[in-house]
Amino acid sequence: MTGIWGKLCSLFLRKHTNAPPRSTKDTNRGFLVFHHTGEVIRAEHLLRNAGFIVEVKGPPPELRTGCDMVLLFELVRQPKIMALLAKANLVPERAVPVSGTLLEPVALFQTRDFGQWFMVRAANMKITLDKANGTIVNISGGGCPDVPWLAMQLVGRRILDVEDPLTEGQTLCAYALQKAFEEARRLCHG
Amino acid sequence: MPWLICGTVPDEHFELVHTKWHLDGDTLRTEEGSTPEIAVHRGTPALLATAILACTALEVELPEALLVGDTGQGKGSRRLYAELANGLKGASLSGVTFHYLYPDIDAHNRVLMAMEERDPRPLLVADAGFMYVAKMSGYATSYDMFTPDVGELAFLADEKSPHPFYTRGFLLAEEKDIPRLVARAYGHDNAARCLLIKGSTDHIYLGGTFKGCVTEPSVPAMEAIGGTGDIITGLVTALLMRGLALEHAAMAAAHVGRLLAKLVCPTPATQVAELLPHIPSALRIFLASDLGHDYVLNDMSQGKTSSSMENDS
Repeated sequence: MTGIWGKLCSLFLRKHTNAPPRSTKDTNRGFLVFHHTGEVIRAEHLLRNAGFIVEVKGPPPELRTGCDMVLLFELVRQPKIMALLAKANLVPERAVPVSGTLLEPVALFQTRDFGQWFMVRAANMKITLDKANGTIVNISGGGCPDVPWLAMQLVGRRILDVEDPLTEGQTLCAYALQKAFEEARRLCHG
Repeated sequence: MPWLICGTVPDEHFELVHTKWHLDGDTLRTEEGSTPEIAVHRGTPALLATAILACTALEVELPEALLVGDTGQGKGSRRLYAELANGLKGASLSGVTFHYLYPDIDAHNRVLMAMEERDPRPLLVADAGFMYVAKMSGYATSYDMFTPDVGELAFLADEKSPHPFYTRGFLLAEEKDIPRLVARAYGHDNAARCLLIKGSTDHIYLGGTFKGCVTEPSVPAMEAIGGTGDIITGLVTALLMRGLALEHAAMAAAHVGRLLAKLVCPTPATQVAELLPHIPSALRIFLASDLGHDYVLNDMSQGKTSSSMENDS
């Protein structure tokens, strides 16, 4: 891991590359609205594992209630998607054709080198690891109630030994933490 | 009149409780001892622990806290919102600090309406999830103090963003951008009356006007430590309870936070509980300084509470 850090500047930005390809025009897309962000997270995981192209976006203003995400999908796949979700007891409140621009999640990382440690930031969440053994030494930022909970579960453990934050995370802050976590784990893998 | 701290505890089974707490090492306990104790790691318990330590050092009455268990589902937060909107009718409050709560616009608006109806209206401080929903709601100007970092300031400045997760240029925001972002946040009515913007340099604004910045001592490791922002908000709370004007409380909290870092010399692996025991010392050092002397004595001797400063500004 030290070799990687020799190549890194103390501060750099990297575009997130794991987003699904934008192979579908937005006019052919719809979005699924769920009651809670935790359901969006579970639905995204389920649908991606089943091979569907889905993306998390911010809802249009008229559908915002607080901590919000919607799931963008290809309209042509709607029947299969709804059937799969129903099987998993994940019933969206509604499915809406996209008629305007949806908000894009933050897709940049910021990495900071602290010598023995490095910190990765995604949106408002930061995760800091010990370079020597990949131990998560701190999690900071955020404002949703699952952040302190996730920090309690993750801090003090090796990043390669723990489950993803989204396994138990429920909110946009958890989603941002997942992004930072994935980048930190990628850096650990070298 | 008491000050109320509102937030969540990372335990789904922790029932809603409104009481005073005291700090025993790194554990919060209620005075009557009937409520489960809380280990202080980060989040609202860290804010409350800081406020208790600072209030003790400043010789002010300890705050009350309205706490509930919530690990992200939002159920606990909604119970707390409902209690604030409907259940505290009899109690007068000098101020309220809102913290880690699940953002819910409708519930927020009910809480804010209940606060606005109070006579006297309490000072309102918001950080973390509640600051997010306060901005989302479009009623940010109803608040007296927000404590964002530079990225969160970019969120306040982005009139289209409902959450930092969707903020344009969130990670690209730098300290040189602060004046522009502040102007935009105030221009779109997305800022509280006073902003304490945390960063490698802390910036304080009141009503959109720059009031000062705090740069030294600088300990970069503090950025990585979960809970350092909670400490700053806890300090602001205690200093407002002591009667400091908004911008003086913000400046003082920024100074004390930096003195605390200098005392502890933390690494990025330091935990917030390791910082807490040094808060009284950091406060005492600040109060013994010319600036601390000026802020505390002048504000008190002139009877310049934060509310009265509003009329001055």
